[in-house]
Amino acid sequence: MPMTITEKILAAAAGKDSVKPGELINARVDLVLANDITAPVAIKEFQKIGLERVWDKERVALVPDHFTPNKDIKSAEQAKLVRDFAHCQELTNYFEVGRMGIEHCLLPEQGLVGPGDVVIGADSHTCTYGALGAFATGVGSTDLAAAMALGETWFKVPESMKFIYNGRLNKWVGGKDLILYTIGKIGVDGALYRAMEFCGEAIRQLSMDGRFTMCNMAIEAGGKNGIIEPDEITRQYVEGRTKRPYTFYTSDPDASYAEVYEFDVTKIEPQVAFPHLPENARPVSEAGRVDIDQAVIGSCTNGRMEDLRLAAEVLKGKKVNKRVRLIIIPGTQEIYRQAMREGLFEIFLDAGAVISTPTCGPCLGGHMGILAKGERCIATTNRNFVGRMGHAESEVYLANPAVTAASAVTGRISHPEEVL
Amino acid sequence: MKLQGKVWKFGNDVDTDLIIAARYLNSSDPAELARHCMEDADPRFASRVQPGDIIVAAKNFGCGSSREHAPIAIKAAGVSCVVAKSFARIFYRNAFNIGLPIFECPEIIDELKEGDTITVDAATGAITNLTTGKKYQAAPIPDFMRQIIEAGGLINYVKGRVKQGV
Repeated sequence: MPMTITEKILAAAAGKDSVKPGELINARVDLVLANDITAPVAIKEFQKIGLERVWDKERVALVPDHFTPNKDIKSAEQAKLVRDFAHCQELTNYFEVGRMGIEHCLLPEQGLVGPGDVVIGADSHTCTYGALGAFATGVGSTDLAAAMALGETWFKVPESMKFIYNGRLNKWVGGKDLILYTIGKIGVDGALYRAMEFCGEAIRQLSMDGRFTMCNMAIEAGGKNGIIEPDEITRQYVEGRTKRPYTFYTSDPDASYAEVYEFDVTKIEPQVAFPHLPENARPVSEAGRVDIDQAVIGSCTNGRMEDLRLAAEVLKGKKVNKRVRLIIIPGTQEIYRQAMREGLFEIFLDAGAVISTPTCGPCLGGHMGILAKGERCIATTNRNFVGRMGHAESEVYLANPAVTAASAVTGRISHPEEVL
Repeated sequence: MKLQGKVWKFGNDVDTDLIIAARYLNSSDPAELARHCMEDADPRFASRVQPGDIIVAAKNFGCGSSREHAPIAIKAAGVSCVVAKSFARIFYRNAFNIGLPIFECPEIIDELKEGDTITVDAATGAITNLTTGKKYQAAPIPDFMRQIIEAGGLINYVKGRVKQGV
Protein backbone atom coordinates (compact mmCIF):
# COMPACT_ATOMS: atom_id res chain seq x y z
CA MET A 1 0.00 0.00 0.00
CA PRO A 2 1.48 3.42 -0.89
CA MET A 3 2.18 5.54 2.18
CA THR A 4 3.38 9.01 3.06
CA ILE A 5 6.55 9.53 5.12
CA THR A 6 4.40 10.19 8.20
CA GLU A 7 2.46 6.95 7.68
CA LYS A 8 5.65 4.93 7.15
CA ILE A 9 7.25 6.20 10.37
CA LEU A 10 4.09 5.54 12.38
CA ALA A 11 3.66 2.07 10.86
CA ALA A 12 7.22 1.14 11.81
CA ALA A 13 6.74 2.49 15.35
CA ALA A 14 3.53 0.49 15.72
CA GLY A 15 5.20 -2.68 14.40
CA LYS A 16 2.89 -2.84 11.39
CA ASP A 17 3.46 -3.22 7.66
CA SER A 18 1.15 -0.33 6.92
CA VAL A 19 -1.22 2.15 8.52
CA LYS A 20 -3.90 4.39 7.08
CA PRO A 21 -5.30 7.76 8.13
CA GLY A 22 -7.86 7.53 10.92
CA GLU A 23 -6.40 4.28 12.32
CA LEU A 24 -5.66 4.20 16.06
CA ILE A 25 -2.25 2.80 16.88
CA ASN A 26 0.02 2.25 19.84
CA ALA A 27 3.46 3.42 18.86
CA ARG A 28 6.80 3.14 20.64
CA VAL A 29 8.48 6.48 21.13
CA ASP A 30 12.19 7.16 20.70
CA LEU A 31 12.31 10.21 22.95
CA VAL A 32 9.96 12.14 25.20
CA LEU A 33 10.59 15.65 26.48
CA ALA A 34 9.17 18.27 28.78
CA ASN A 35 10.14 21.70 30.09
CA ASP A 36 9.97 23.59 33.38
CA ILE A 37 6.27 24.43 32.87
CA THR A 38 4.95 21.10 31.64
CA ALA A 39 7.29 18.67 33.44
CA PRO A 40 6.07 19.48 36.98
CA VAL A 41 2.54 18.41 36.02
CA ALA A 42 3.86 15.35 34.16
CA ILE A 43 6.00 14.31 37.13
CA LYS A 44 3.03 14.51 39.52
CA GLU A 45 0.96 12.37 37.14
CA PHE A 46 3.84 9.91 36.65
CA GLN A 47 4.10 9.48 40.41
CA LYS A 48 0.41 8.51 40.56
CA ILE A 49 1.11 5.53 38.29
CA GLY A 50 3.20 3.99 41.06
CA LEU A 51 6.30 3.06 39.06
CA GLU A 52 9.66 3.77 40.63
CA ARG A 53 11.52 4.38 37.39
CA VAL A 54 10.83 5.92 34.01
CA TRP A 55 10.92 3.45 31.12
CA ASP A 56 14.36 4.55 29.89
CA LYS A 57 16.54 7.11 31.65
CA GLU A 58 18.31 8.01 28.40
CA ARG A 59 15.11 8.78 26.52
CA VAL A 60 13.36 11.18 28.87
CA ALA A 61 14.74 14.66 28.19
CA LEU A 62 13.94 17.49 30.60
CA VAL A 63 14.88 21.02 29.57
CA PRO A 64 14.18 23.92 31.94
CA ASP A 65 14.00 26.68 29.31
CA HIS A 66 10.78 28.65 29.73
CA PHE A 67 11.10 30.65 32.95
CA THR A 68 14.84 30.09 33.42
CA PRO A 69 17.19 31.33 34.71
CA ASN A 70 14.46 31.27 37.36
CA LYS A 71 12.44 34.45 37.00
CA ASP A 72 10.75 34.35 40.40
CA ILE A 73 10.32 32.17 43.47
CA LYS A 74 7.47 30.11 42.07
CA SER A 75 9.43 29.41 38.89
CA ALA A 76 12.40 28.42 41.02
CA GLU A 77 10.20 25.92 42.87
CA GLN A 78 9.02 24.42 39.58
CA ALA A 79 12.56 24.21 38.22
CA LYS A 80 13.69 22.56 41.47
CA LEU A 81 10.99 19.94 41.25
CA VAL A 82 12.16 19.08 37.72
CA ARG A 83 15.84 19.05 38.76
CA ASP A 84 15.18 16.81 41.77
CA PHE A 85 13.21 14.36 39.66
CA ALA A 86 15.93 14.29 36.99
CA HIS A 87 18.62 13.59 39.57
CA CYS A 88 16.58 11.00 41.42
CA GLN A 89 15.80 9.20 38.14
CA GLU A 90 19.42 9.66 36.98
CA LEU A 91 18.22 11.07 33.66
CA THR A 92 21.03 11.37 31.12
CA ASN A 93 19.37 14.23 29.27
CA TYR A 94 18.59 16.83 31.89
CA PHE A 95 20.05 20.17 30.85
CA GLU A 96 20.90 22.61 33.61
CA VAL A 97 21.11 26.37 33.11
CA GLY A 98 24.53 27.00 31.60
CA ARG A 99 24.35 23.82 29.50
CA MET A 100 20.72 24.36 28.59
CA GLY A 101 19.15 25.77 25.45
CA ILE A 102 15.69 26.31 24.04
CA GLU A 103 14.49 22.71 23.85
CA HIS A 104 13.74 22.57 20.11
CA CYS A 105 17.07 24.17 19.22
CA LEU A 106 18.94 22.03 21.75
CA LEU A 107 17.77 18.45 21.22
CA PRO A 108 18.54 18.21 17.48
CA GLU A 109 21.85 20.03 18.06
CA GLN A 110 22.79 17.48 20.72
CA GLY A 111 21.94 14.61 18.37
CA LEU A 112 19.05 13.38 20.48
CA VAL A 113 16.57 13.32 17.59
CA GLY A 114 17.19 11.70 14.23
CA PRO A 115 15.43 10.89 10.96
CA GLY A 116 12.68 8.30 11.32
CA ASP A 117 12.26 8.86 15.06
CA VAL A 118 8.93 9.17 16.85
CA VAL A 119 9.11 11.92 19.45
CA ILE A 120 6.47 13.37 21.73
CA GLY A 121 7.02 16.42 23.85
CA ALA A 122 4.96 18.32 26.38
CA ASP A 123 5.41 21.42 24.29
CA SER A 124 3.42 22.25 21.21
CA HIS A 125 6.49 23.15 19.15
CA THR A 126 7.84 19.60 19.39
CA CYS A 127 6.74 19.39 15.73
CA THR A 128 10.04 21.19 14.93
CA TYR A 129 11.89 17.85 14.58
CA GLY A 130 9.88 16.96 11.49
CA ALA A 131 12.58 18.95 9.69
CA LEU A 132 14.85 15.93 10.18
CA GLY A 133 12.33 13.54 8.67
CA ALA A 134 11.08 12.44 12.09
CA PHE A 135 7.50 12.21 13.34
CA ALA A 136 7.27 14.62 16.25
CA THR A 137 4.24 16.12 17.93
CA GLY A 138 3.20 18.02 21.03
CA VAL A 139 1.13 16.48 23.81
CA GLY A 140 -0.02 17.50 27.27
CA SER A 141 1.62 16.58 30.54
CA THR A 142 -0.59 13.57 31.29
CA ASP A 143 0.11 11.97 27.91
CA LEU A 144 3.76 12.62 28.58
CA ALA A 145 3.57 10.97 32.01
CA ALA A 146 2.03 7.86 30.43
CA ALA A 147 4.80 7.72 27.83
CA MET A 148 7.45 8.21 30.54
CA ALA A 149 6.06 5.04 32.12
CA LEU A 150 5.41 2.89 29.04
CA GLY A 151 7.73 4.15 26.32
CA GLU A 152 4.80 4.26 23.99
CA THR A 153 1.72 6.31 23.27
CA TRP A 154 -1.44 6.15 21.18
CA PHE A 155 -1.99 8.11 17.99
CA LYS A 156 -4.71 8.51 15.45
CA VAL A 157 -2.83 8.32 12.14
CA PRO A 158 -3.28 11.77 10.59
CA GLU A 159 -4.28 12.52 7.04
CA SER A 160 -1.46 14.24 5.18
CA MET A 161 -1.47 17.53 3.32
CA LYS A 162 1.23 18.19 0.75
CA PHE A 163 2.71 21.65 0.24
CA ILE A 164 4.90 22.03 -2.85
CA TYR A 165 7.11 25.12 -3.08
CA ASN A 166 8.34 25.72 -6.63
CA GLY A 167 11.06 28.09 -7.79
CA ARG A 168 14.01 29.76 -6.12
CA LEU A 169 13.62 31.91 -3.03
CA ASN A 170 13.99 35.68 -3.27
CA LYS A 171 16.71 37.42 -1.24
CA TRP A 172 15.62 37.89 2.41
CA VAL A 173 12.96 35.17 2.08
CA GLY A 174 13.42 32.02 4.19
CA GLY A 175 11.61 29.28 6.05
CA LYS A 176 9.79 31.79 8.28
CA ASP A 177 8.29 33.57 5.29
CA LEU A 178 7.22 30.32 3.62
CA ILE A 179 5.45 29.09 6.73
CA LEU A 180 3.78 32.44 7.51
CA TYR A 181 2.65 32.65 3.88
CA THR A 182 1.27 29.11 4.08
CA ILE A 183 -0.59 29.72 7.35
CA GLY A 184 -1.94 32.91 5.78
CA LYS A 185 -3.37 30.81 2.96
CA ILE A 186 -4.90 27.97 4.98
CA GLY A 187 -5.66 29.60 8.35
CA VAL A 188 -4.83 28.69 11.94
CA ASP A 189 -6.93 25.53 11.72
CA GLY A 190 -6.21 24.82 8.07
CA ALA A 191 -4.24 21.69 8.92
CA LEU A 192 -6.18 20.65 12.02
CA TYR A 193 -5.29 17.07 13.08
CA ARG A 194 -3.25 16.64 9.88
CA ALA A 195 0.37 16.08 8.84
CA MET A 196 1.88 18.95 6.85
CA GLU A 197 4.46 17.64 4.39
CA PHE A 198 6.67 20.34 2.89
CA CYS A 199 8.42 19.61 -0.40
CA GLY A 200 9.54 21.08 -3.70
CA GLU A 201 12.57 22.86 -5.11
CA ALA A 202 12.52 25.69 -2.56
CA ILE A 203 12.49 23.27 0.37
CA ARG A 204 15.50 21.42 -1.05
CA GLN A 205 17.36 24.77 -1.06
CA LEU A 206 16.57 25.46 2.59
CA SER A 207 19.25 24.87 5.20
CA MET A 208 18.43 22.71 8.21
CA ASP A 209 17.84 25.92 10.22
CA GLY A 210 15.23 27.11 7.70
CA ARG A 211 13.57 23.71 7.74
CA PHE A 212 13.38 23.67 11.53
CA THR A 213 11.64 27.06 11.36
CA MET A 214 9.04 25.75 8.92
CA CYS A 215 8.19 22.56 10.78
CA ASN A 216 8.21 24.47 14.09
CA MET A 217 5.15 26.45 13.06
CA ALA A 218 3.05 23.54 11.69
CA ILE A 219 1.17 23.73 15.00
CA GLU A 220 0.16 27.32 14.18
CA ALA A 221 -1.95 25.89 11.36
CA GLY A 222 -3.37 23.27 13.76
CA GLY A 223 -1.14 20.55 12.29
CA LYS A 224 -0.30 17.39 14.19
CA ASN A 225 3.18 17.37 12.68
CA GLY A 226 5.23 19.10 10.02
CA ILE A 227 7.63 16.96 8.05
CA ILE A 228 10.29 17.21 5.35
CA GLU A 229 11.79 14.20 3.55
CA PRO A 230 15.45 13.89 4.57
CA ASP A 231 18.11 14.49 1.89
CA GLU A 232 21.83 15.27 1.58
CA ILE A 233 21.43 18.42 3.71
CA THR A 234 19.82 16.31 6.44
CA ARG A 235 22.59 13.72 6.14
CA GLN A 236 25.29 16.34 6.59
CA TYR A 237 23.53 17.63 9.69
CA VAL A 238 23.00 14.28 11.39
CA GLU A 239 26.27 12.53 10.50
CA GLY A 240 28.54 12.42 13.48
CA ARG A 241 25.87 14.15 15.54
CA THR A 242 22.87 11.90 15.95
CA LYS A 243 23.55 9.40 18.69
CA ARG A 244 21.13 6.61 17.77
CA PRO A 245 20.83 4.78 14.40
CA TYR A 246 18.43 6.53 12.09
CA THR A 247 16.33 5.75 9.02
CA PHE A 248 15.55 7.95 6.04
CA TYR A 249 11.91 7.53 5.04
CA THR A 250 10.33 9.03 1.93
CA SER A 251 6.77 9.27 0.69
CA ASP A 252 5.71 6.91 -2.07
CA PRO A 253 5.02 8.77 -5.33
CA ASP A 254 1.45 7.46 -5.33
CA ALA A 255 0.75 8.09 -1.62
CA SER A 256 -2.57 9.79 -1.02
CA TYR A 257 -3.04 13.30 0.39
CA ALA A 258 -6.16 14.98 1.75
CA GLU A 259 -5.11 18.18 -0.02
CA VAL A 260 -2.23 19.38 -2.17
CA TYR A 261 -1.12 23.03 -2.35
CA GLU A 262 1.39 24.36 -4.83
CA PHE A 263 3.11 27.73 -4.43
CA ASP A 264 5.42 29.74 -6.68
CA VAL A 265 7.98 31.09 -4.23
CA THR A 266 9.37 33.61 -6.72
CA LYS A 267 6.22 35.61 -5.93
CA ILE A 268 6.72 35.46 -2.15
CA GLU A 269 8.39 38.37 -0.36
CA PRO A 270 9.22 38.62 3.36
CA GLN A 271 6.03 38.21 5.40
CA VAL A 272 4.71 39.86 8.55
CA ALA A 273 1.86 38.31 10.58
CA PHE A 274 -0.26 41.01 12.17
CA PRO A 275 -1.97 40.69 15.56
CA HIS A 276 -3.54 38.58 16.88
CA LEU A 277 -3.20 35.39 14.82
CA PRO A 278 -0.34 33.90 12.78
CA GLU A 279 -2.76 33.62 9.83
CA ASN A 280 -2.82 37.43 9.45
CA ALA A 281 0.24 37.28 7.22
CA ARG A 282 0.91 39.89 4.56
CA PRO A 283 3.92 40.94 2.51
CA VAL A 284 6.12 43.42 4.37
CA SER A 285 5.61 45.90 1.50
CA GLU A 286 1.94 46.00 2.44
CA ALA A 287 2.50 46.47 6.17
CA GLY A 288 1.94 50.22 6.09
CA ARG A 289 3.44 52.34 8.83
CA VAL A 290 3.66 50.34 12.05
CA ASP A 291 5.89 51.91 14.71
CA ILE A 292 7.45 49.48 17.17
CA ASP A 293 8.75 49.67 20.74
CA GLN A 294 10.62 46.37 20.90
CA ALA A 295 12.16 43.79 18.58
CA VAL A 296 12.98 40.21 19.62
CA ILE A 297 15.26 37.86 17.69
CA GLY A 298 15.31 34.34 19.09
CA SER A 299 12.98 31.48 20.16
CA CYS A 300 12.58 27.86 19.04
CA THR A 301 11.43 29.26 15.71
CA ASN A 302 14.35 31.57 14.84
CA GLY A 303 17.08 31.35 17.48
CA ARG A 304 19.63 29.42 15.38
CA MET A 305 22.96 30.37 13.76
CA GLU A 306 21.52 31.22 10.36
CA ASP A 307 19.00 33.53 12.04
CA LEU A 308 21.68 35.36 14.02
CA ARG A 309 23.87 35.70 10.91
CA LEU A 310 20.98 37.23 8.98
CA ALA A 311 20.31 39.68 11.79
CA ALA A 312 24.01 40.61 11.91
CA GLU A 313 24.09 41.14 8.14
CA VAL A 314 21.39 43.76 8.53
CA LEU A 315 22.68 45.29 11.76
CA LYS A 316 26.36 45.62 10.80
CA GLY A 317 27.39 49.24 11.21
CA LYS A 318 23.83 50.30 12.10
CA LYS A 319 22.26 51.60 15.30
CA VAL A 320 19.03 50.42 16.87
CA ASN A 321 16.46 53.22 16.77
CA LYS A 322 16.56 55.21 20.01
CA ARG A 323 12.90 54.43 20.77
CA VAL A 324 13.39 50.68 20.34
CA ARG A 325 14.74 47.87 22.56
CA LEU A 326 16.32 45.07 20.53
CA ILE A 327 16.62 41.78 22.42
CA ILE A 328 18.66 38.97 20.87
CA ILE A 329 18.44 35.47 22.35
CA PRO A 330 20.71 32.73 20.94
CA GLY A 331 18.89 29.39 21.15
CA THR A 332 21.60 27.33 22.87
CA GLN A 333 24.94 27.71 24.59
CA GLU A 334 26.65 26.34 21.46
CA ILE A 335 24.91 28.89 19.26
CA TYR A 336 25.85 31.57 21.78
CA ARG A 337 29.50 30.56 21.64
CA GLN A 338 29.55 30.27 17.85
CA ALA A 339 27.91 33.69 17.41
CA MET A 340 30.53 35.14 19.74
CA ARG A 341 33.38 33.48 17.81
CA GLU A 342 32.06 34.82 14.51
CA GLY A 343 32.04 38.34 15.89
CA LEU A 344 28.27 38.69 15.75
CA PHE A 345 28.12 39.89 19.35
CA GLU A 346 30.33 42.86 18.47
CA ILE A 347 27.87 43.82 15.74
CA PHE A 348 24.89 43.41 18.07
CA LEU A 349 26.50 45.32 20.93
CA ASP A 350 27.69 48.11 18.62
CA ALA A 351 24.14 48.44 17.33
CA GLY A 352 22.81 48.81 20.87
CA ALA A 353 21.12 45.43 21.28
CA VAL A 354 20.93 43.35 24.45
CA ILE A 355 22.11 39.71 24.21
CA SER A 356 20.42 37.23 26.53
CA THR A 357 21.28 33.76 27.74
CA PRO A 358 19.15 31.10 26.00
CA THR A 359 15.53 31.16 27.24
CA CYS A 360 12.00 31.08 25.82
CA GLY A 361 11.56 34.25 27.93
CA PRO A 362 9.56 36.93 26.12
CA CYS A 363 8.11 34.64 23.41
CA LEU A 364 5.42 33.47 25.81
CA GLY A 365 5.36 36.57 27.99
CA GLY A 366 7.48 34.92 30.67
CA HIS A 367 10.34 37.37 31.27
CA MET A 368 13.24 39.16 29.54
CA GLY A 369 11.16 41.60 27.52
CA ILE A 370 7.51 41.95 28.60
CA LEU A 371 5.35 44.55 26.86
CA ALA A 372 3.44 47.36 28.55
CA LYS A 373 -0.11 48.35 27.64
CA GLY A 374 -0.24 49.64 24.08
CA GLU A 375 3.31 48.60 23.17
CA ARG A 376 4.17 46.91 19.91
CA CYS A 377 6.86 44.31 19.26
CA ILE A 378 8.14 42.74 16.08
CA ALA A 379 9.48 39.28 16.84
CA THR A 380 10.91 36.21 15.16
CA THR A 381 8.77 34.11 17.53
CA ASN A 382 5.78 31.96 16.63
CA ARG A 383 2.65 33.37 18.23
CA ASN A 384 1.03 36.79 18.26
CA PHE A 385 -2.04 35.96 20.34
CA VAL A 386 -3.68 38.56 22.60
CA GLY A 387 -1.42 39.13 25.61
CA ARG A 388 1.20 36.68 24.34
CA MET A 389 4.20 38.88 25.21
CA GLY A 390 2.70 40.90 28.04
CA HIS A 391 -0.24 43.24 28.52
CA ALA A 392 -3.51 42.16 26.93
CA GLU A 393 -3.47 45.43 24.99
CA SER A 394 0.04 44.98 23.60
CA GLU A 395 0.72 43.72 20.08
CA VAL A 396 3.13 41.22 18.51
CA TYR A 397 4.05 41.12 14.81
CA LEU A 398 5.77 37.97 13.53
CA ALA A 399 8.57 38.16 10.97
CA ASN A 400 11.91 36.70 9.90
CA PRO A 401 15.19 37.77 11.59
CA ALA A 402 16.25 40.17 8.79
CA VAL A 403 12.94 42.04 8.79
CA THR A 404 12.99 42.16 12.59
CA ALA A 405 16.54 43.54 12.63
CA ALA A 406 15.73 46.13 9.96
CA SER A 407 12.63 47.21 11.88
CA ALA A 408 14.72 47.65 15.04
CA VAL A 409 16.91 50.10 13.11
CA THR A 410 14.12 52.16 11.54
CA GLY A 411 11.73 51.95 14.49
CA ARG A 412 8.89 50.73 12.27
CA ILE A 413 8.18 47.53 10.34
CA SER A 414 10.64 47.59 7.45
CA HIS A 415 12.06 45.53 4.61
CA PRO A 416 15.79 44.81 5.06
CA GLU A 417 16.55 46.67 1.81
CA GLU A 418 15.38 49.85 3.51
CA VAL A 419 18.41 49.93 5.81
CA LEU A 420 21.05 48.42 3.51
CA MET B 1 -24.90 12.19 33.58
CA LYS B 2 -26.69 15.38 32.63
CA LEU B 3 -24.72 18.61 32.76
CA GLN B 4 -26.67 21.84 33.05
CA GLY B 5 -25.53 25.41 33.18
CA LYS B 6 -25.55 28.92 31.89
CA VAL B 7 -23.68 29.62 28.67
CA TRP B 8 -20.53 31.71 28.31
CA LYS B 9 -20.15 32.35 24.61
CA PHE B 10 -16.79 32.75 22.84
CA GLY B 11 -15.74 33.11 19.20
CA ASN B 12 -13.26 31.42 16.87
CA ASP B 13 -9.70 30.36 17.74
CA VAL B 14 -9.79 30.86 21.51
CA ASP B 15 -6.12 30.12 22.21
CA THR B 16 -4.50 28.67 25.29
CA ASP B 17 -2.98 32.04 26.21
CA LEU B 18 -6.52 33.43 26.46
CA ILE B 19 -7.63 30.43 28.52
CA ILE B 20 -4.67 30.77 30.90
CA ALA B 21 -1.94 33.31 30.18
CA ALA B 22 1.64 32.07 30.47
CA ARG B 23 2.38 34.66 33.15
CA TYR B 24 0.41 32.43 35.54
CA LEU B 25 2.16 29.19 34.58
CA ASN B 26 4.67 29.50 37.37
CA SER B 27 2.05 27.52 39.27
CA SER B 28 0.13 24.35 38.45
CA ASP B 29 -2.29 24.70 41.38
CA PRO B 30 -5.79 24.29 39.88
CA ALA B 31 -7.43 26.84 42.23
CA GLU B 32 -4.84 29.47 41.38
CA LEU B 33 -5.12 28.81 37.64
CA ALA B 34 -8.91 29.05 37.91
CA ARG B 35 -8.62 32.57 39.34
CA HIS B 36 -7.12 33.73 36.01
CA CYS B 37 -9.15 31.57 33.65
CA MET B 38 -10.10 33.38 30.38
CA GLU B 39 -8.64 36.59 31.84
CA ASP B 40 -7.43 38.20 28.60
CA ALA B 41 -10.60 37.19 26.73
CA ASP B 42 -13.12 38.31 29.37
CA PRO B 43 -11.72 39.75 32.62
CA ARG B 44 -15.09 39.23 34.36
CA PHE B 45 -15.16 35.51 33.69
CA ALA B 46 -13.23 34.13 36.66
CA SER B 47 -15.13 36.14 39.27
CA ARG B 48 -18.58 35.57 37.78
CA VAL B 49 -18.52 31.98 36.52
CA GLN B 50 -20.86 29.68 38.50
CA PRO B 51 -20.39 25.97 39.16
CA GLY B 52 -21.90 24.04 36.25
CA ASP B 53 -21.66 26.87 33.71
CA ILE B 54 -20.85 25.81 30.17
CA ILE B 55 -18.45 27.38 27.67
CA VAL B 56 -19.77 27.39 24.11
CA ALA B 57 -17.29 28.47 21.43
CA ALA B 58 -16.87 28.50 17.68
CA LYS B 59 -14.06 26.76 15.77
CA ASN B 60 -10.57 25.66 16.90
CA PHE B 61 -11.07 26.09 20.67
CA GLY B 62 -7.82 25.65 22.63
CA CYS B 63 -5.38 26.32 19.79
CA GLY B 64 -1.75 27.12 20.57
CA SER B 65 0.27 25.70 23.42
CA SER B 66 0.22 22.16 24.82
CA ARG B 67 -0.26 23.48 28.36
CA GLU B 68 -2.54 21.11 30.24
CA HIS B 69 -3.03 24.05 32.59
CA ALA B 70 -5.70 25.27 30.11
CA PRO B 71 -8.31 22.51 30.59
CA ILE B 72 -7.26 22.31 34.28
CA ALA B 73 -8.08 26.04 34.72
CA ILE B 74 -11.46 25.65 33.02
CA LYS B 75 -12.36 22.60 35.08
CA ALA B 76 -11.22 24.17 38.35
CA ALA B 77 -13.23 27.31 37.56
CA GLY B 78 -16.31 25.09 37.90
CA VAL B 79 -17.19 24.83 34.22
CA SER B 80 -19.02 21.54 33.66
CA CYS B 81 -18.16 21.13 29.97
CA VAL B 82 -17.07 22.89 26.79
CA VAL B 83 -19.07 22.71 23.56
CA ALA B 84 -17.40 23.99 20.38
CA LYS B 85 -17.59 23.76 16.61
CA SER B 86 -14.13 22.16 16.72
CA PHE B 87 -11.20 21.77 19.09
CA ALA B 88 -7.46 22.11 18.55
CA ARG B 89 -5.80 18.70 18.65
CA ILE B 90 -3.65 18.89 21.79
CA PHE B 91 -6.40 20.58 23.82
CA TYR B 92 -8.79 17.82 22.77
CA ARG B 93 -6.47 15.09 24.09
CA ASN B 94 -5.67 17.04 27.26
CA ALA B 95 -9.33 17.62 28.10
CA PHE B 96 -10.04 13.89 28.05
CA ASN B 97 -6.90 13.13 30.00
CA ILE B 98 -7.76 15.46 32.87
CA GLY B 99 -11.48 14.71 32.87
CA LEU B 100 -13.00 17.88 31.40
CA PRO B 101 -15.97 16.81 29.24
CA ILE B 102 -15.92 18.38 25.77
CA PHE B 103 -18.37 18.09 22.88
CA GLU B 104 -18.13 18.94 19.21
CA CYS B 105 -21.36 20.47 17.94
CA PRO B 106 -21.11 22.84 14.97
CA GLU B 107 -24.71 24.08 14.99
CA ILE B 108 -25.49 25.29 18.49
CA ILE B 109 -23.22 28.36 18.75
CA ASP B 110 -24.97 30.29 16.00
CA GLU B 111 -28.36 29.82 17.65
CA LEU B 112 -27.76 30.73 21.28
CA LYS B 113 -27.09 33.80 23.37
CA GLU B 114 -24.72 34.26 26.27
CA GLY B 115 -26.66 33.49 29.44
CA ASP B 116 -28.96 30.88 27.86
CA THR B 117 -29.23 27.71 29.92
CA ILE B 118 -28.36 24.44 28.19
CA THR B 119 -28.17 20.79 29.20
CA VAL B 120 -25.73 18.25 27.84
CA ASP B 121 -26.19 14.50 28.25
CA ALA B 122 -22.60 13.41 28.77
CA ALA B 123 -23.32 9.82 27.70
CA THR B 124 -25.21 10.49 24.47
CA GLY B 125 -24.08 13.99 23.50
CA ALA B 126 -27.69 15.20 23.32
CA ILE B 127 -27.82 18.96 23.94
CA THR B 128 -30.92 21.03 24.72
CA ASN B 129 -31.12 24.78 24.92
CA LEU B 130 -33.64 25.19 27.75
CA THR B 131 -34.01 28.90 26.96
CA THR B 132 -35.10 28.34 23.34
CA GLY B 133 -36.23 24.70 23.54
CA LYS B 134 -34.02 23.72 20.60
CA LYS B 135 -32.26 20.35 20.54
CA TYR B 136 -28.87 19.40 19.10
CA GLN B 137 -26.65 16.33 18.82
CA ALA B 138 -22.90 16.48 19.47
CA ALA B 139 -20.49 14.25 17.54
CA PRO B 140 -20.05 10.85 19.23
CA ILE B 141 -17.00 10.41 21.47
CA PRO B 142 -14.47 8.08 19.75
CA ASP B 143 -14.47 4.55 21.23
CA PHE B 144 -10.88 4.71 22.37
CA MET B 145 -11.52 7.96 24.26
CA ARG B 146 -14.55 6.31 25.84
CA GLN B 147 -12.32 3.45 27.07
CA ILE B 148 -10.01 5.97 28.70
CA ILE B 149 -12.96 7.71 30.35
CA GLU B 150 -14.35 4.37 31.55
CA ALA B 151 -10.96 3.42 33.01
CA GLY B 152 -11.12 6.65 35.05
CA GLY B 153 -8.68 8.67 32.95
CA LEU B 154 -5.39 7.98 31.19
CA ILE B 155 -3.32 7.52 34.35
CA ASN B 156 -5.67 4.83 35.67
CA TYR B 157 -5.66 3.22 32.24
CA VAL B 158 -1.85 3.12 32.32
CA LYS B 159 -1.89 1.79 35.89
CA GLY B 160 -4.07 -1.06 34.69
CA ARG B 161 -1.62 -1.86 31.91
CA VAL B 162 1.37 -1.68 34.26
CA LYS B 163 -0.37 -4.13 36.63
CA GLN B 164 -0.95 -6.54 33.76
CA GLY B 165 2.76 -6.32 33.08
CA VAL B 166 2.28 -4.90 29.58
